[in-house]
Amino acid sequence: MSAVFWILAALTVLGGLAAVTLKNTVHCALAVTVAFAGLALLYLQLDAQFAGFAQILVYIGAVAILVVFAILLTRGSETPKQGIFSRSWFTGMTIAAGVFAVLGWAVIQSSQVLPDETVAPSVTVNQIGNALLGRYVLPLEIVALLLTAALVGAVIVAMHEKGESK
Amino acid sequence: MTPLGGYLLVAALLFAIGLAGALTRRNAILVLIGIELMLNAANLNLIAFWRYSPHPELLTGMMFAVFSIAVAAAEAAVGLGLVISIYRHTRTTDLDEMNRMKG
Repeated sequence: MSAVFWILAALTVLGGLAAVTLKNTVHCALAVTVAFAGLALLYLQLDAQFAGFAQILVYIGAVAILVVFAILLTRGSETPKQGIFSRSWFTGMTIAAGVFAVLGWAVIQSSQVLPDETVAPSVTVNQIGNALLGRYVLPLEIVALLLTAALVGAVIVAMHEKGESK
Repeated sequence: MTPLGGYLLVAALLFAIGLAGALTRRNAILVLIGIELMLNAANLNLIAFWRYSPHPELLTGMMFAVFSIAVAAAEAAVGLGLVISIYRHTRTTDLDEMNRMKG
Protein backbone atom coordinates (compact mmCIF):
# COMPACT_ATOMS: atom_id res chain seq x y z
CA MET A 1 0.00 0.00 0.00
CA SER A 2 1.54 3.28 -1.10
CA ALA A 3 1.61 6.48 0.92
CA VAL A 4 -0.30 8.25 -1.86
CA PHE A 5 -3.21 5.86 -1.38
CA TRP A 6 -3.39 6.53 2.36
CA ILE A 7 -3.22 10.31 1.88
CA LEU A 8 -6.02 10.21 -0.72
CA ALA A 9 -8.08 7.82 1.40
CA ALA A 10 -7.71 10.10 4.45
CA LEU A 11 -8.71 13.14 2.33
CA THR A 12 -11.80 11.36 0.99
CA VAL A 13 -12.95 9.98 4.33
CA LEU A 14 -12.36 13.27 6.17
CA GLY A 15 -14.26 15.14 3.46
CA GLY A 16 -17.16 12.72 3.80
CA LEU A 17 -17.13 12.94 7.60
CA ALA A 18 -17.11 16.73 7.49
CA ALA A 19 -19.98 16.69 4.97
CA VAL A 20 -22.27 14.77 7.32
CA THR A 21 -21.24 16.45 10.61
CA LEU A 22 -20.73 20.17 9.91
CA LYS A 23 -23.45 22.61 11.04
CA ASN A 24 -23.42 25.06 8.14
CA THR A 25 -24.96 23.55 4.99
CA VAL A 26 -22.69 25.48 2.62
CA HIS A 27 -19.65 24.10 4.45
CA CYS A 28 -21.16 20.62 4.03
CA ALA A 29 -21.41 21.18 0.26
CA LEU A 30 -17.74 22.27 0.16
CA ALA A 31 -16.68 19.24 2.23
CA VAL A 32 -18.55 16.83 -0.04
CA THR A 33 -16.77 18.44 -3.02
CA VAL A 34 -13.45 17.61 -1.32
CA ALA A 35 -14.64 14.02 -0.89
CA PHE A 36 -15.61 13.84 -4.61
CA ALA A 37 -12.18 15.21 -5.59
CA GLY A 38 -10.46 12.64 -3.37
CA LEU A 39 -12.49 9.89 -5.04
CA ALA A 40 -11.52 11.18 -8.50
CA LEU A 41 -7.85 11.06 -7.48
CA LEU A 42 -8.36 7.53 -6.14
CA TYR A 43 -9.77 6.53 -9.54
CA LEU A 44 -6.68 8.01 -11.21
CA GLN A 45 -4.54 6.07 -8.74
CA LEU A 46 -6.44 2.94 -9.88
CA ASP A 47 -5.44 3.61 -13.55
CA ALA A 48 -9.06 4.49 -14.47
CA GLN A 49 -8.34 7.86 -16.08
CA PHE A 50 -11.63 8.08 -17.96
CA ALA A 51 -13.72 7.41 -14.85
CA GLY A 52 -11.58 9.83 -12.83
CA PHE A 53 -12.11 12.70 -15.25
CA ALA A 54 -15.81 11.82 -15.62
CA GLN A 55 -16.04 11.99 -11.81
CA ILE A 56 -14.43 15.45 -11.80
CA LEU A 57 -16.69 16.74 -14.59
CA VAL A 58 -19.96 15.26 -13.33
CA TYR A 59 -19.61 15.45 -9.56
CA ILE A 60 -17.42 18.50 -8.94
CA GLY A 61 -18.67 20.30 -12.03
CA ALA A 62 -22.38 19.54 -11.93
CA VAL A 63 -23.65 17.83 -8.78
CA ALA A 64 -21.78 20.10 -6.34
CA ILE A 65 -23.07 23.20 -8.17
CA LEU A 66 -26.62 21.78 -8.12
CA VAL A 67 -26.34 21.19 -4.36
CA VAL A 68 -25.09 24.75 -3.79
CA PHE A 69 -27.98 26.13 -5.87
CA ALA A 70 -30.51 24.03 -3.94
CA ILE A 71 -29.04 25.23 -0.63
CA LEU A 72 -29.25 28.87 -1.70
CA LEU A 73 -32.80 28.46 -3.07
CA THR A 74 -34.05 26.85 0.13
CA ARG A 75 -32.17 29.05 2.61
CA GLY A 76 -30.90 25.79 4.06
CA SER A 77 -27.70 27.33 5.38
CA GLU A 78 -29.51 28.49 8.49
CA THR A 79 -28.90 26.09 11.36
CA PRO A 80 -32.24 24.87 12.76
CA LYS A 81 -32.90 25.58 16.42
CA GLN A 82 -33.50 21.93 17.30
CA GLY A 83 -30.01 20.92 16.11
CA ILE A 84 -28.79 19.41 12.88
CA PHE A 85 -29.56 15.79 13.64
CA SER A 86 -33.03 14.30 13.44
CA ARG A 87 -34.93 12.79 16.36
CA SER A 88 -34.02 9.26 15.34
CA TRP A 89 -30.27 9.93 15.10
CA PHE A 90 -29.31 7.20 17.54
CA THR A 91 -31.05 4.49 15.47
CA GLY A 92 -29.40 5.85 12.32
CA MET A 93 -25.93 5.81 13.87
CA THR A 94 -26.47 2.27 15.14
CA ILE A 95 -27.54 1.05 11.68
CA ALA A 96 -24.58 2.77 10.00
CA ALA A 97 -22.10 1.35 12.54
CA GLY A 98 -23.60 -2.12 12.08
CA VAL A 99 -23.35 -1.88 8.30
CA PHE A 100 -19.71 -0.78 8.55
CA ALA A 101 -18.93 -3.61 10.97
CA VAL A 102 -20.42 -6.22 8.62
CA LEU A 103 -18.71 -4.78 5.50
CA GLY A 104 -15.34 -4.42 7.24
CA TRP A 105 -15.58 -7.95 8.64
CA ALA A 106 -16.39 -9.32 5.18
CA VAL A 107 -13.46 -7.46 3.55
CA ILE A 108 -10.96 -8.56 6.21
CA GLN A 109 -12.17 -12.16 6.17
CA SER A 110 -11.88 -12.38 2.37
CA SER A 111 -8.59 -10.47 2.00
CA GLN A 112 -6.68 -13.70 1.35
CA VAL A 113 -8.73 -14.66 -1.70
CA LEU A 114 -9.08 -11.21 -3.29
CA PRO A 115 -7.52 -10.95 -6.77
CA ASP A 116 -4.24 -9.04 -6.87
CA GLU A 117 -3.05 -8.22 -10.39
CA THR A 118 0.18 -6.27 -10.27
CA VAL A 119 0.20 -5.38 -13.99
CA ALA A 120 -1.54 -2.05 -14.49
CA PRO A 121 -4.20 -2.16 -17.22
CA SER A 122 -3.51 0.16 -20.14
CA VAL A 123 -6.88 1.29 -21.48
CA THR A 124 -7.07 4.02 -24.10
CA VAL A 125 -10.03 6.32 -24.68
CA ASN A 126 -10.22 4.76 -28.15
CA GLN A 127 -10.96 1.36 -26.57
CA ILE A 128 -13.55 2.92 -24.25
CA GLY A 129 -15.28 4.62 -27.17
CA ASN A 130 -15.35 1.40 -29.17
CA ALA A 131 -16.78 -0.48 -26.18
CA LEU A 132 -19.42 2.22 -25.58
CA LEU A 133 -20.64 2.08 -29.18
CA GLY A 134 -20.18 -1.68 -29.53
CA ARG A 135 -20.81 -3.94 -26.59
CA TYR A 136 -22.45 -1.26 -24.39
CA VAL A 137 -24.52 0.57 -27.01
CA LEU A 138 -27.89 -0.42 -25.54
CA PRO A 139 -27.05 0.80 -21.99
CA LEU A 140 -25.65 3.98 -23.56
CA GLU A 141 -28.94 4.65 -25.38
CA ILE A 142 -30.93 3.89 -22.22
CA VAL A 143 -28.77 6.31 -20.20
CA ALA A 144 -29.32 8.97 -22.87
CA LEU A 145 -33.08 8.46 -22.59
CA LEU A 146 -32.89 8.49 -18.78
CA LEU A 147 -30.91 11.74 -18.74
CA THR A 148 -33.42 13.40 -21.08
CA ALA A 149 -36.35 12.19 -18.96
CA ALA A 150 -34.62 13.30 -15.76
CA LEU A 151 -33.89 16.74 -17.22
CA VAL A 152 -37.52 17.25 -18.26
CA GLY A 153 -38.77 15.73 -14.99
CA ALA A 154 -36.58 17.92 -12.80
CA VAL A 155 -37.76 21.06 -14.62
CA ILE A 156 -41.43 20.02 -14.33
CA VAL A 157 -41.11 19.12 -10.64
CA ALA A 158 -39.33 22.34 -9.69
CA MET A 159 -41.36 24.58 -12.04
CA HIS A 160 -43.50 27.31 -10.53
CA GLU A 161 -47.07 25.99 -10.58
CA LYS A 162 -49.81 28.00 -12.27
CA GLY A 163 -52.44 29.48 -9.99
CA GLU A 164 -50.24 29.17 -6.93
CA SER A 165 -50.50 32.25 -4.72
CA LYS A 166 -47.14 33.92 -4.49
CA MET B 1 -3.46 -6.50 3.37
CA THR B 2 -3.64 -6.49 -0.41
CA PRO B 3 -4.15 -3.12 -2.16
CA LEU B 4 -7.66 -4.17 -3.18
CA GLY B 5 -8.53 -4.82 0.48
CA GLY B 6 -7.46 -1.28 1.34
CA TYR B 7 -9.68 0.22 -1.34
CA LEU B 8 -12.60 -1.95 -0.24
CA LEU B 9 -12.17 -0.83 3.38
CA VAL B 10 -12.11 2.84 2.35
CA ALA B 11 -15.27 2.27 0.28
CA ALA B 12 -16.97 0.52 3.22
CA LEU B 13 -16.08 3.42 5.53
CA LEU B 14 -17.35 5.97 3.01
CA PHE B 15 -20.58 3.98 2.56
CA ALA B 16 -21.13 3.89 6.33
CA ILE B 17 -20.49 7.66 6.58
CA GLY B 18 -22.97 8.32 3.80
CA LEU B 19 -25.54 6.03 5.40
CA ALA B 20 -25.10 7.76 8.76
CA GLY B 21 -25.57 11.13 7.05
CA ALA B 22 -28.68 9.98 5.18
CA LEU B 23 -30.23 8.52 8.33
CA THR B 24 -29.37 11.19 10.90
CA ARG B 25 -29.44 14.61 9.24
CA ARG B 26 -32.54 16.84 9.38
CA ASN B 27 -31.92 18.79 6.20
CA ALA B 28 -33.21 17.02 3.05
CA ILE B 29 -30.32 18.34 0.93
CA LEU B 30 -27.80 16.77 3.30
CA VAL B 31 -29.69 13.48 3.15
CA LEU B 32 -29.19 13.64 -0.65
CA ILE B 33 -25.47 14.36 -0.09
CA GLY B 34 -25.31 11.23 2.07
CA ILE B 35 -26.93 9.18 -0.71
CA GLU B 36 -24.39 10.58 -3.21
CA LEU B 37 -21.56 9.49 -0.90
CA MET B 38 -23.02 5.97 -0.76
CA LEU B 39 -23.23 5.82 -4.58
CA ASN B 40 -19.63 7.00 -4.83
CA ALA B 41 -18.48 4.33 -2.40
CA ALA B 42 -20.11 1.69 -4.63
CA ASN B 43 -18.34 3.20 -7.67
CA LEU B 44 -15.00 3.00 -5.87
CA ASN B 45 -15.65 -0.70 -5.24
CA LEU B 46 -16.46 -1.29 -8.92
CA ILE B 47 -13.34 0.47 -10.16
CA ALA B 48 -11.08 -1.20 -7.58
CA PHE B 49 -12.37 -4.64 -8.58
CA TRP B 50 -11.91 -3.72 -12.26
CA ARG B 51 -8.29 -2.64 -11.67
CA TYR B 52 -7.30 -5.81 -9.81
CA SER B 53 -9.33 -8.26 -11.90
CA PRO B 54 -7.55 -10.70 -14.22
CA HIS B 55 -9.23 -9.25 -17.36
CA PRO B 56 -9.30 -5.43 -17.13
CA GLU B 57 -9.33 -5.10 -20.93
CA LEU B 58 -13.00 -6.14 -20.94
CA LEU B 59 -13.78 -2.78 -19.22
CA THR B 60 -16.83 -4.21 -17.42
CA GLY B 61 -16.26 -2.64 -14.01
CA MET B 62 -15.28 0.74 -15.36
CA MET B 63 -18.28 0.88 -17.72
CA PHE B 64 -20.56 0.00 -14.81
CA ALA B 65 -19.03 2.86 -12.80
CA VAL B 66 -19.38 5.34 -15.69
CA PHE B 67 -23.05 4.44 -16.19
CA SER B 68 -23.55 4.64 -12.43
CA ILE B 69 -22.11 8.18 -12.45
CA ALA B 70 -24.58 9.16 -15.19
CA VAL B 71 -27.55 7.70 -13.30
CA ALA B 72 -26.39 9.41 -10.08
CA ALA B 73 -26.32 12.76 -11.88
CA ALA B 74 -29.93 12.24 -13.04
CA GLU B 75 -30.93 11.22 -9.51
CA ALA B 76 -29.31 14.32 -8.01
CA ALA B 77 -31.12 16.62 -10.45
CA VAL B 78 -34.55 15.09 -9.77
CA GLY B 79 -33.93 14.83 -6.00
CA LEU B 80 -32.91 18.46 -5.64
CA GLY B 81 -35.86 19.51 -7.82
CA LEU B 82 -38.16 17.64 -5.44
CA VAL B 83 -36.55 19.33 -2.41
CA ILE B 84 -37.08 22.77 -3.97
CA SER B 85 -40.69 21.87 -4.83
CA ILE B 86 -41.38 20.67 -1.26
CA TYR B 87 -39.70 23.77 0.14
CA ARG B 88 -42.05 25.94 -1.92
CA HIS B 89 -45.07 24.22 -0.35
CA THR B 90 -43.94 23.86 3.27
CA ARG B 91 -41.24 26.56 3.64
CA THR B 92 -38.94 24.02 5.28
CA THR B 93 -36.34 21.41 4.35
CA ASP B 94 -36.56 19.79 7.79
CA LEU B 95 -37.44 16.12 7.25
CA ASP B 96 -38.86 15.77 10.77
CA GLU B 97 -41.56 18.31 9.82
CA MET B 98 -42.45 16.59 6.54
CA ASN B 99 -44.85 14.16 8.18
CA ARG B 100 -47.97 14.46 6.04
CA MET B 101 -48.67 13.31 2.51
CA LYS B 102 -51.28 15.99 1.71
CA GLY B 103 -49.99 18.68 -0.66
